[in-house]
Amino acid sequence: MPQVMGQALKRHEDIRLIRGRGQYTDDMTLPGMVYAKMVRSPYAHAKILSVDTQAAQAMPGVLAVFTGQDTKDELGLIPTAWIPPNSDLKMTPHPALAFDTVRYVGDAVAVVIAETPYQAQDAADQVQVQYQPLEAVVHPREAVEDGRPQVHEEIDHNIAFHWTVGPDLDAVFQQAEVVVRHEFRQQRLIPNAMEPRAALAQYNNATDELTVWVTTQNPHIHRFLLSGILGIPEHKLRVVAIDVGGGFGSKIACYPDEVVASWAARKLHRPVKWTETRQENFLITSHGRDHVQEVELAGTRDGQIQAIRVKAYSNLGAYLSTAGPGVPTILFGLIINGAYNIPHASADVYGVVTNTTPVDAYRGAGRPEATYLIERMVDLYAREIQMDPVAVREKNLVQAEAFPYTNPFGLQYDSGNYQGTLKIALDMLDYPKLREEQAALRKDGKYIGIGWSTYVEMCGLGPSEVAGAVGFQGGLWESATVRVHPTGKVTVFTGASPHGQGEETTFAQIVGQELGIPVDDIEIVHGDTARISMGWGTYGSRTTAVGGGAIHLATQKVIEKAKKIAAHKLEVSESDVVFEDGMFSVSGVPDRQVSFQAVTLDAYLAWSLPEGVEPALEGTAFYDPKNFTYPFGAHVAVVSVDPDTGDIHLMRYIAVDDIGNIINPMIVEGQIHGGLVQGIGQALYEGAEYDAEGQLLTGSLLDYAMPKARFFPRFETAHTVTPSPHNPLGVKGVGETGAIASTPAIVNAVMDALHPFGIRDLPMPLTPEKVWQAIQQNQGGR
Amino acid sequence: MPEVLTTVTMTVNGQSVTRSIEPRVLLVHFLREELGLTGTHVGCDTSQCGACTVLLDGEAVKSCTVLAVQAQGSAVTTIEGLEGTRLHPVQEGFWAKHGLQCGFCTPGAMMTAAYLLSQNPHPTEEEIREGLDGVVCRCTGYETIVRSVQQAAALMSEASETSGAEEVG
Ligand code: FES
Ligand code: FES
Repeated sequence: MPQVMGQALKRHEDIRLIRGRGQYTDDMTLPGMVYAKMVRSPYAHAKILSVDTQAAQAMPGVLAVFTGQDTKDELGLIPTAWIPPNSDLKMTPHPALAFDTVRYVGDAVAVVIAETPYQAQDAADQVQVQYQPLEAVVHPREAVEDGRPQVHEEIDHNIAFHWTVGPDLDAVFQQAEVVVRHEFRQQRLIPNAMEPRAALAQYNNATDELTVWVTTQNPHIHRFLLSGILGIPEHKLRVVAIDVGGGFGSKIACYPDEVVASWAARKLHRPVKWTETRQENFLITSHGRDHVQEVELAGTRDGQIQAIRVKAYSNLGAYLSTAGPGVPTILFGLIINGAYNIPHASADVYGVVTNTTPVDAYRGAGRPEATYLIERMVDLYAREIQMDPVAVREKNLVQAEAFPYTNPFGLQYDSGNYQGTLKIALDMLDYPKLREEQAALRKDGKYIGIGWSTYVEMCGLGPSEVAGAVGFQGGLWESATVRVHPTGKVTVFTGASPHGQGEETTFAQIVGQELGIPVDDIEIVHGDTARISMGWGTYGSRTTAVGGGAIHLATQKVIEKAKKIAAHKLEVSESDVVFEDGMFSVSGVPDRQVSFQAVTLDAYLAWSLPEGVEPALEGTAFYDPKNFTYPFGAHVAVVSVDPDTGDIHLMRYIAVDDIGNIINPMIVEGQIHGGLVQGIGQALYEGAEYDAEGQLLTGSLLDYAMPKARFFPRFETAHTVTPSPHNPLGVKGVGETGAIASTPAIVNAVMDALHPFGIRDLPMPLTPEKVWQAIQQNQGGR
Repeated sequence: MPEVLTTVTMTVNGQSVTRSIEPRVLLVHFLREELGLTGTHVGCDTSQCGACTVLLDGEAVKSCTVLAVQAQGSAVTTIEGLEGTRLHPVQEGFWAKHGLQCGFCTPGAMMTAAYLLSQNPHPTEEEIREGLDGVVCRCTGYETIVRSVQQAAALMSEASETSGAEEVG
């Protein structure tokens, strides 16, 4: 039996995906299916005066037109599922269809159900809505000022919550030799998973069951929330997500659209499909980031960082999204010290509602905002004290001997050797030589820059006890059932819900390795609440750490039971049986052996089982991890900036990551690449813009700059392996590292290149225009 | 709007099909809704993403920008028709080099790659990256797609050999 853990096996899921046989929600067709089209507000803030559906009702193919008046007494409000403690959080009542006020462009006010999508669209255009426009608020810091319009009557000054952590640090800052202050704008990003969101709901009037196929990262959370909103008990509700075309956080939330499609399907006794357009995706699917951060760092003249603090205004959009409040608090504030041993830290976060699209997790979710802040501040501090940014990092990184390291907020970083990854990156780059080249090039009027990011992040979201303590309204354990069939083939049911991350392959590698059977004999089932008892889904780089942990434990239970049966068959005591490479043998007598498959058949025939052993062979585990995991690493970017055009060219990008044990290096590399491009996208290209009236100016792929293939060089990647002691597989998680680490590395590199022009910082994205303008304004400094 | 139907006939993946449709129906909707060929995806509404790319008389087109009636008499190849008895080298390449994650952009990316290689069997990396300009992939970071296309090019140039392709279900 060859080793399969750690091998770059080709992906099992690809067999269907490369042949056009994926089953994405919009690919489904059911007999009698009809189509939903939403009527959406063109205003960011307005009173609804009237909705006239008559003309639309009369259009060909139209079955029904429903408005907020029709649904308001039949549907519950859409809740948030994260209530950070001691933050005085105020709920934002969110009806599926607005009936008195609309609060962002795209807020749905009515739905048309018709026989074809074209007919639904035609009729939606005929729904006449009269609005009384109101003044809008868009910017998170301006929204809290006196005299601004309020998005929700109940929410004074638009402050949905105020969350603080850490002590008063005034004394530390007053006494510090050096204090660096800076304000950062974490611009708003649009996740843009390539598959638009969709939902298909089917009501069975014989069984009174509703099935909802929906683009979700967490079907069981969706079922839980939909159950409450629709008033359908969980045992009568099934949520399915087979193939999901990317999520990046934007498919965590429960949205009005799936609620309305479900409600209409039950009302009309017809399957109802709703699929968003890309334009709708821009307007209604959750956005990410959007902070204003006022940051201060205190340190000594010789490079010792003593304190970091931030006051942040985080834009939550018009309504609190499912995980919205947790992102700028728990997932951000608790890790602003980054990979550095900084004794003092505090965070003060205002969660602000505005007339914009709701904000929720986007790849990294809170940790990119924290990492950008600390990594940029370290560079600004290094400049201030005229020290090399690498030297400052070396001086302040948590030392390898210090693990487990408790950060100022009580997080316990699991394991690592932060200097180790930095050292490898320095070598790969040949740093001293590059600094010399940089100096020589500057003399010729050429500007290259080197930017570092020595990051750590927390992921592998679990354990549940912590979830409760930080206000997440759910558990963060994971379930797995490993079912061995009579022939020895295996079906694994996981509560994780991968949607591109490749766990149909990595999970099979875990089980194949442990049972000593071919991975082709193993099928991984995910994304169906009818087949999987419970699960918490895929986000926060938790799938392998927590979902994989559950699979490992369930597999061990299978082995434990099979061992009993094997011992019985071999007529020895259980302690004399060894299991290796799919064979049970008698310790010291390797010839006396029986295969896993033979034992399995015995378990099912049950003709002769040992005392107390039940027939059949399967194992179920509900695994709650001990703690979060903490991947880390050193990234470095090399850029050149053309001072005549402001163009930035990414010359090299080195990523040295430690994500603990690696199950499939090919998949790991893919995750890192994908994250890097999203993080670099934030630094250089992407940014959502609203005008003062709350109109999204970057509302299509024409206006919002998505990274393209030709923007990038080949990435140079390397790893160290420090297993995490927090889960049985020793894995740390890799889905978000690239997006977390790369953004500050790029901006640090560009600012390094622009240093001769006296430019200290520019707001992201660093477009050529912005860079060119800044150079023009600072020419004197050259 | 009164529904005036029109008859359209085209060859899709080698089979002749005739349907009565509204003249405004886009080719991508025709393929997905009328023929049930859901391998061709819709990722945008501004012809930017390339998820809907198919071959129309051998040329890569974004099927969201073509009316079905414009394909009257033409031959269309979708992802479902890319393979013969074995996987197409582009499919092999994407599988071997991890050219996909969520798989949503993938059919369009592969049709784009197939067209690119039909025009330029030995593209440089730069030419591949340029050739992928009409493809938006949010998952992969593109480098593995580049490697996949390179792999496909290598497989195609050793096409006389029968090895290299794997039978799948
Ligand atoms: S769907 Fe055709 S280019 Fe996006
Ligand atoms: S693989 Fe997901 S968008 Fe390309």
